[in-house]
Amino acid sequence: MSQIISLDSISPLGSPVTVADMRAEMDKGGCSSSSCGSSDAQGDLPDHIWDKIKDHPCYSEEAHHYFARMHVAVAPACNIQCNYCNRKYDCANESRPGVVSERLTPEDAARKVIAVANEVPQLSVLGVAGPGDAVYDWRKTAKTFELVEKKLPDIKFCISTNGLALPDYVDDIAQHNIDHVTITFNALDPEIGAQIYPWIYYQGKRWTGRDAAQILLERQLEGLDALVKKGILVKINSVMIPGVNDQHLAEVNAEVKKRGAFLHNIMPLISDAAHGTHFGLIGQRGPSAAELKSLQDKVSDGTKLMKHCRQCRADAVGLLGEDRGQEFTMDKIAADIDYNPEKRDLYRQVVEKEREDRRRATAEMEAQLAVNSVSTVAEQPMLVAIATKGGGRVNQHFGHATEFQIYEVDSHGVRFSGHRRADNYCVGGYGEDDRLDIIIKALEGVSAVLCAKVGDCPKDTLAQAGIPVLDDYAFEYIETSVGAWYAAQMACGQEKATA
Amino acid sequence: MAYKIIASQCTACGACEFECPNAAIRMKGESYIIDPAKCSECDGEPARCAGVCPVDNTCVPA
Repeated sequence: MSQIISLDSISPLGSPVTVADMRAEMDKGGCSSSSCGSSDAQGDLPDHIWDKIKDHPCYSEEAHHYFARMHVAVAPACNIQCNYCNRKYDCANESRPGVVSERLTPEDAARKVIAVANEVPQLSVLGVAGPGDAVYDWRKTAKTFELVEKKLPDIKFCISTNGLALPDYVDDIAQHNIDHVTITFNALDPEIGAQIYPWIYYQGKRWTGRDAAQILLERQLEGLDALVKKGILVKINSVMIPGVNDQHLAEVNAEVKKRGAFLHNIMPLISDAAHGTHFGLIGQRGPSAAELKSLQDKVSDGTKLMKHCRQCRADAVGLLGEDRGQEFTMDKIAADIDYNPEKRDLYRQVVEKEREDRRRATAEMEAQLAVNSVSTVAEQPMLVAIATKGGGRVNQHFGHATEFQIYEVDSHGVRFSGHRRADNYCVGGYGEDDRLDIIIKALEGVSAVLCAKVGDCPKDTLAQAGIPVLDDYAFEYIETSVGAWYAAQMACGQEKATA
Repeated sequence: MAYKIIASQCTACGACEFECPNAAIRMKGESYIIDPAKCSECDGEPARCAGVCPVDNTCVPA
């Protein structure tokens, strides 16, 4: 369940904002209990790219612990049809289905952004990402950005598009200081594309079949090239559809990397007959967690792969993994609202310091791991699952975790590997045994779970399944905890070997 | 003659309003409507509103 904080519980504007308040905010994280963006820190990304993404929760795995994004649905029209999308309800893949989005005019959207900025100091990014195509109906997207820019000059914008209209608007996009554009790109081969897109609408005409896929492909590549030339970062989203494009996405990855995309995000198809999508109705299945990871690992030497994508709703508000959208519906927002920068400014200062501390602790831990490593044995990295609410710490109760962040550890250090979803085990304060089965299945291959607290019953059940659940590292930084756990395992192994 | 929108099926995505060369389509209540006085059925060309509509049999000849 997302953390819902009622508006009443938020201190009224004008009350003093303290560093302690902002520390408390940070524990809520940016994207709660999930991972986002590229690898955990700058890593091998060039400086000019890191500067653009370091505070973006969707792109920087580190930032997702501290910063929040919001999406506004201002451009619902779309110029193509995808077999995984049913616009009668909401696109199942670009935004989670089930709740009809609040359609906003650009003016309403700007008011909503200011209301959220006043209450959610983590806010760093505003996105227009469907339902619909942000570029096809460019006037509405542009108008929204214009209005928000005036009040919040430091906010970053991003947009998501299928690419069909993109080449016509690259100059406009560059004018708006939009740092990031996401193109959904599912196939390089028009034969495969034709299985994903039943039709497109281009130059006043509806196109179908291979022709449609070919036009879309050419426009996507043209748009990608033009954006890269302008120095705008391009992320590629691909929906992994088993039996359709799963074998093909490695080729897509190589091509988009060659053309300069900075991130490739491979997402699993979400398919359910109840969503009314073509794929849902014909029983096309989505990939398993293992299939997705296997594909991601296969292409991970290519474009930096995004592993923490949450597939959020298009009108999501908040840290990744949490949606506070219901707190900020239009009826709750005053007609005349002014921006108060105090909270966000102070929050940024506190986060800068925390990020430095965390990096230092991680570096010390990694140095220690390297010293202790037993280099004679070819070691297999181990996977550790973390229950976290954000802030980069082990700070969630096992029973409250709806998903786990998976870290990979060996003597070379601790790396973020991805997240795994497990439906909320703890419903109304009591555990349900069949939920544990779901969690055990989701944690396949994981050597241990670290969390803030765990009840005896689930602890025993998971131990029987071979997965120890530990609360020894409660509220510590994730990386240092995983490193300390690994060091303890290694020390234990050495004792056994020498005994 | 003119086109019409079946309101019960319309997703109100707005794509038809955007494409209409005659500015004949506008939002009314929860859905879009086509002003028959302005609709020219695209003068014999394939109707643009029907071409871009994402829901089958929703934007149809009246």
